[in-house]
Amino acid sequence: MAELRVLVAVKRVIDYAVKIRVKPDRTGVVTDGVKHSMNPFCEIAVEEAVRLKEKKLVKEVIAVSCGPAQCQETIRTALAMGADRGIHVEVPPAEAERLGPLQVARVLAKLAEKEKVDLVLLGKQAIDDDCNQTGQMTAGFLDWPQGTFASQVTLEGDKLKVEREIDGGLETLRLKLPAVVTADLRLNEPRYATLPNIMKKKIEVIKPGDLGVDLTSKLSVISVEDPPQRTAGVKVETTEDLVAKLKEIGRI
Amino acid sequence: MLVPLAKLSCLAYQCFHALKIKKNYLPLCATRWSSTSTVPRITTHYTIYPRDKDKRWEGVNMERFAEEADVVIVGAGPAGLSAAVRLKQLAVAHEKDIRVCLVEKAAQIGAHTLSGACLDPGAFKELFPDWKEKGAPLNTPVTEDRFGILTEKYRIPVPILPGLPMNNHGNYIVRLGHLVSWMGEQAEALGVEVYPGYAAAEVLFHDDGSVKGIATNDVGIQKDGAPKATFERGLELHAKVTIFAEGCHGHLAKQLYKKFDLRANCEPQTYGIGLKEVGLDYQNPYLSPFREFQRWKHHPSIRPTLEGGKRIAYGARALNEGGFQSIPKLTFPGGLLIGCSPGFMNVPKIKGTHTAMKSGILAAESIFNQLTSENLQSKTIGLHVTEYEDNLKNSWVWKELYSVRNIRPSCHGVLGVYGGMIYTGIFYWILRGMEPWTLKHKGSDFERLKPAKDCTPIEYPKPDGQISFDLLSSVALSGTNHEHDQPAHLTLRDDSIPVNRNLSIYDGPEQRFCPAGVYEFVPVEQGDGFRLQINAQNCVHCKTCDIKDPSQNINWVVPEGGGGPAYNGM
Repeated sequence: MAELRVLVAVKRVIDYAVKIRVKPDRTGVVTDGVKHSMNPFCEIAVEEAVRLKEKKLVKEVIAVSCGPAQCQETIRTALAMGADRGIHVEVPPAEAERLGPLQVARVLAKLAEKEKVDLVLLGKQAIDDDCNQTGQMTAGFLDWPQGTFASQVTLEGDKLKVEREIDGGLETLRLKLPAVVTADLRLNEPRYATLPNIMKKKIEVIKPGDLGVDLTSKLSVISVEDPPQRTAGVKVETTEDLVAKLKEIGRI
Repeated sequence: MLVPLAKLSCLAYQCFHALKIKKNYLPLCATRWSSTSTVPRITTHYTIYPRDKDKRWEGVNMERFAEEADVVIVGAGPAGLSAAVRLKQLAVAHEKDIRVCLVEKAAQIGAHTLSGACLDPGAFKELFPDWKEKGAPLNTPVTEDRFGILTEKYRIPVPILPGLPMNNHGNYIVRLGHLVSWMGEQAEALGVEVYPGYAAAEVLFHDDGSVKGIATNDVGIQKDGAPKATFERGLELHAKVTIFAEGCHGHLAKQLYKKFDLRANCEPQTYGIGLKEVGLDYQNPYLSPFREFQRWKHHPSIRPTLEGGKRIAYGARALNEGGFQSIPKLTFPGGLLIGCSPGFMNVPKIKGTHTAMKSGILAAESIFNQLTSENLQSKTIGLHVTEYEDNLKNSWVWKELYSVRNIRPSCHGVLGVYGGMIYTGIFYWILRGMEPWTLKHKGSDFERLKPAKDCTPIEYPKPDGQISFDLLSSVALSGTNHEHDQPAHLTLRDDSIPVNRNLSIYDGPEQRFCPAGVYEFVPVEQGDGFRLQINAQNCVHCKTCDIKDPSQNINWVVPEGGGGPAYNGM
């Protein structure tokens, strides 16, 4: 039964508790030396993969991340949570800034085929760009079924029952493996990354070129700015005052 | 409802206020006899309430795995990293294999580092002679030095003559966090196993009493002390020698001082809080270091430099100012202390990084000699590296600290800082600290607070939002955060003391000296009186509360690793 292999994609993002600063040249936000950690939804995806392994439904969990050298910290965290192997798709820092969901999806699709995995698990979105696209695009490239916003995942033979959180409520799908699943908040509570696991595992480093993936992006960032400062509100005493004020600023 | 502070100084109201507190809480002595106490439970940490007596922990697997190393280092600051790098440099040079493990509570190396910092590069260059080629971030050499005394509105310039400790010629302004981060990379490249995000929570001992190593923090404990589903024990790291490099007022060092009686022959350590430079031996419990700092920024001689600027970061950390007189015994079976933990800061020079690094280098060399010595015969399983203390005493660190030992204590005389300057001029500048006497400090910082009734409350000006700021927005900039569902790591030995003693006698100085707003006295939900609320998530790991609590009731222990500030190049 435990012949299945899982690929989990993790992303290194700025820690959610850090105050973001826009770079003075407005090309992006300051990332140098800022505290980074694994994207919270990716942690949930790793946790799900490790739980499947503990239930003996999955044989091997491979963690992968695309980006510059520091990504290895994130892969190491995944290994500390219980992943078996780590793969770092190395992208030099200058190019890494232009890595978007489309490029990453290409990489993941190629890797999924190369490693012959049965399930690709990802977080539903990253907390830095909030794109919510990588999982869907990966499924598109692989032509595999997808279960996104998963709040529960159950393996039934060679099929996967996925309960999804959607606007209307909960939707349950049955997917035939191989498939792509993206994790939502209530899927599980991730465990801590503990030291014994980190010490023994290795990370393999490969280049996008090895996979035959082209990382060019047709998107370019024009500028990044702080949201406009909120101006102070004005309190009025009566409805007449309110109407007068609204007329004054040309709203009515 | 807060009683107006002026009224507290009146005897009648003082009595009345005390009675009001006693109405809600049983007197201290009674709580020990009676089993029902109306003091709300604040502390839930297992160091105060052991888990083997806690029903909720029955049946939980408490087994810990262990790893064996040659040397384990607690703390990846300048001292810890210097020791790690030096050990590996020696191992490579002598073709020996030494396993060095370094644990650090910050999520990344440098995230809990805070300093000026003006670095005297002597020890650094000794460790990294090729620092320039390797790209170490020493980019700003000092070009000019200015020293002055600030009165309420004016500034009296004081000349810095060559030979005075404040002369910075040859030094570099550095962002210590970035330098530490760079040193971390060098350490990893040399093969040191660096583990950020794992705090050393417990010292382990062999049966013969020598130090066996440390254990990292357990994870997955709820705020009320019960185990979560994700509970996991920490890892034990065993070593032949454990180096403790926790920085100023380390929590494990505090335990070691007691266990091995390392402070038997030295003075108590005195501290400052770096906000910057508010000495912690102040007496007025109404003083708030944070607000003093805000006020300082408005001084006419300081203000122009800051005007038009934008506040982008904030942090705070205690530093030691006791100098030579406060250095404890440095070695014990199985381990030793380096860096700001025992405290090698040269106070008048306001530099401790260079001495910290040198102590790390000397520790590494002494340990290496013992580890590789063929005739090693140790009385205890954990090695006692007494050579380290001897080597330190023969080094420039000792000479430097000895020569400036009397400068700070000389400021405690009747003439205050002016007396100190006169003393420095005569005995240091001219006589190079060779006078035969050693002045003493005036006791521990926590003993120095006078009761609130004997002091006047200080009216601090409101922050203007341009140069001075409020506390909470500053704390947000430190990036500090902790997993909220864990026992508060600011533990109280006795939950009733904050209100019964600290608040009633000293008007709750913890609400003022904490630079992160952790401690708040809030009105109780029903009835009169207050209770202490601990906002542990705000903590920036500065250790001031552990130092300055007049009742010494607060015991700072390490929270789950990875929590704490996220300084970037501070």
